[in-house]
Amino acid sequence: MTATTEINNIISEENLVYKKTDVLLDNEMHYCPGCTHGVIHKVIAEVIEEMDIQDKTIGVSPVGCSVLAYNYLDIDWQQAAHGRAPALATATARLMPEKYVFTYQGDGDLASIGCAEIIHACNRGENIVVVFVNNAIYGMTGGQMAPTTLENQVTATSPYGRDCASTGAPMKISEMVSLLPGTRFVTRQSAETAGAVRKLKKAIRKGFENTREKKGLSFIEIVGTCSSGWKLSPTQSNEWMKENMFPYYPLGTLKDE
Amino acid sequence: MAKFKGAIVVDTEKCKGCGLCVVSCPTAVIELARGVNGKGYHYAHMANPDACIGCSSCGLVCPDTVITVYRAKAS
Amino acid sequence: MGDVRLMKGNEVIAEAAIRCGCDGYFGYPITPQSEIMETLMIRKPEDETGMVVLQAESEVAAINMVYGGASCGKKVMTSSSSPGISLKAEGITYLAGAELPALIVNIVRGGPGLGTIQPAQSDYFQAVKGGGHGDYKLIVLAPASVQEMNDFVDLGFELSFKYLNPAMILSDGVIGQMMEKVELSDYKPRWTDEEIEKISGSWATNGKKAGGERNISTSLDLDSAKQEVFNHKLQAKYRAMEENDVRFEKIACDDADYLFVAYGSSARICQKSVELAREKGIKVGLLRPITLFPYPTKQIQEMLGQVKGILSVEMSAGQMVEDVRLAVEGKVPVEHFGRYGGIIPTPEEVVEALEEKILGK
Ligand SMILES: Cc1ncc(C[n+]2csc(CCOP(=O)(O)OP(=O)(O)O)c2C)c(N)n1
Ligand code: SF4
Ligand code: SF4
Repeated sequence: MTATTEINNIISEENLVYKKTDVLLDNEMHYCPGCTHGVIHKVIAEVIEEMDIQDKTIGVSPVGCSVLAYNYLDIDWQQAAHGRAPALATATARLMPEKYVFTYQGDGDLASIGCAEIIHACNRGENIVVVFVNNAIYGMTGGQMAPTTLENQVTATSPYGRDCASTGAPMKISEMVSLLPGTRFVTRQSAETAGAVRKLKKAIRKGFENTREKKGLSFIEIVGTCSSGWKLSPTQSNEWMKENMFPYYPLGTLKDE
Repeated sequence: MAKFKGAIVVDTEKCKGCGLCVVSCPTAVIELARGVNGKGYHYAHMANPDACIGCSSCGLVCPDTVITVYRAKAS
Repeated sequence: MGDVRLMKGNEVIAEAAIRCGCDGYFGYPITPQSEIMETLMIRKPEDETGMVVLQAESEVAAINMVYGGASCGKKVMTSSSSPGISLKAEGITYLAGAELPALIVNIVRGGPGLGTIQPAQSDYFQAVKGGGHGDYKLIVLAPASVQEMNDFVDLGFELSFKYLNPAMILSDGVIGQMMEKVELSDYKPRWTDEEIEKISGSWATNGKKAGGERNISTSLDLDSAKQEVFNHKLQAKYRAMEENDVRFEKIACDDADYLFVAYGSSARICQKSVELAREKGIKVGLLRPITLFPYPTKQIQEMLGQVKGILSVEMSAGQMVEDVRLAVEGKVPVEHFGRYGGIIPTPEEVVEALEEKILGK
């Protein structure tokens, strides 16, 4: 048997082990090559499919690179003003308590302009899932400094490196919200390896299960890359993230009640 | 000899050539092609198909979800 | 006769919300309108009708909660006073851009800045001409009595669902704080899921139906050509409001030689001024715009063959007067009289202003 015929024999329906979930639409993603947003979208879509909650899930998209997340996940969506997703999700979850409501927010959206909204939604323990993508930069507007930008990290608005004496230290949002009694599950994950993606999926699934059990707010931070903002290749970005982001933003679950 | 034989299918027109699948593969199956797709990206392909064990690592990390993975018991 | 009571304007807003089947109220305290949320908290409608009432962390959060709730096809509202409405401007333009129905109550106080807690009408421009960014309009209702505070809650929701556009009740501390007799509306049940599906199923984000289309609540379209088409659609909607939903009241206009144009609490004052002026032999009438957008432009124009001059009376430095002048197109003199910064003009002052600014000409 030649190699090609052997491959052709393997490629058949009964041997299928991994394919795109139908909850992910066929629209080509507008994200840069290697962008973590794509992996996170896929994982959320897979959890929605596995839990069979496509008809009950409402996503709230942010302002940031993922503003158009609604083009990719085949569910109902609300597009929020910059930082306000937790406010939309608050009302949506309270007015339709039987639904699954999640916000999807970048670090500029959640940790800067939307800091009040997220802290108070966490404090009230809204029955929602928050997916927080920390790529340490403002991707959409061209790579400016975010509240999560690391010390000395070069961005368009910290061209000589972030000076913490003047701009404050990078904010550890997961640590902050884990102090609030309203949060039930706070975890920091990543998505750069198959193992990390599997763990992330478990975390997101747990978040939606918490919603089902009306446990309150699940906060899932994902430390991700922005190769365009960081001006590195996607693979170099993963290396940079492991070397620089992981020590400051350690992965793991901070709270699970 | 591996217990499983695998194979992947890359939707090469949708691939953005980020290379994350290449580094995710434990058995170095995938490479970026020298040629480019319609969008100008060096798309991923199985350069070393015999080594594929169908572990799905590439599929999981691909941000654009353009890899389908198959796995059969080795004959 | 229904349920007749003596109540404060602000309390009536809360009562009317519960009775009209409102699903959710989201607010933040600010004088002179805090009684609205306080009344709701005392009434606990969650137990009675299931209506959600939440004190938000800010006006910004409150209006964005309204955006979320409105996106679900629910009847939701917020209330505030001037500085708070400035903060809500972002959410209001998003509501307009996403074509969502919602009710916003502004119990206006004097400004600019933190200003004063006393009544004013200096947010006319903000309510009628924009306030937030982009080419949008609100449906703006101006109550002149506690009864209208009651009636316009239901009417505001009705119009906002008719046009899929946010509506605003533009009132002020005079009417908000005033006790008056009011006949409360009968209770209407909140819409069921089935009713919401029927009324708003084509756009409400309450879960993608199996086999059905999904809904997205958004004001974003990066394609300029499509954005222009969408703006044409909005403009057509605003023209339809002007065609079909102008509301106004005329008092003593039949034989009038002169005209007051005034809304809300100024209109109440002018009603007295009409009497005082007529005692002096000055035949003046009052045209009271009830909808500030759509504005009764035609109704003012219809008076032009008859009246020799118009005085726009507002508790502002002169905002609505611009719309009166646009309607009049220079055909008769139009002047403005107003007290502001929280001062309420007396009926006598208004008559003096008429004599001086219009009759004196
Ligand atoms: C009120 C407002 N201010 C500023 C902006 C511009 N803006 C758009 S996206 C963005 C930052 C997004 O960064 P982040 O949340 O980190 O998401 P990313 O793009 O990195 O995924 C900013 C400042 C806006 N759209 N609205
Ligand atoms: S700019 Fe950064 S965050 Fe935005 S799509 Fe590109 S890589 Fe992703
Ligand atoms: S991870 Fe996906 S997009 Fe990136 S090179 Fe591989 S197949 Fe292409």
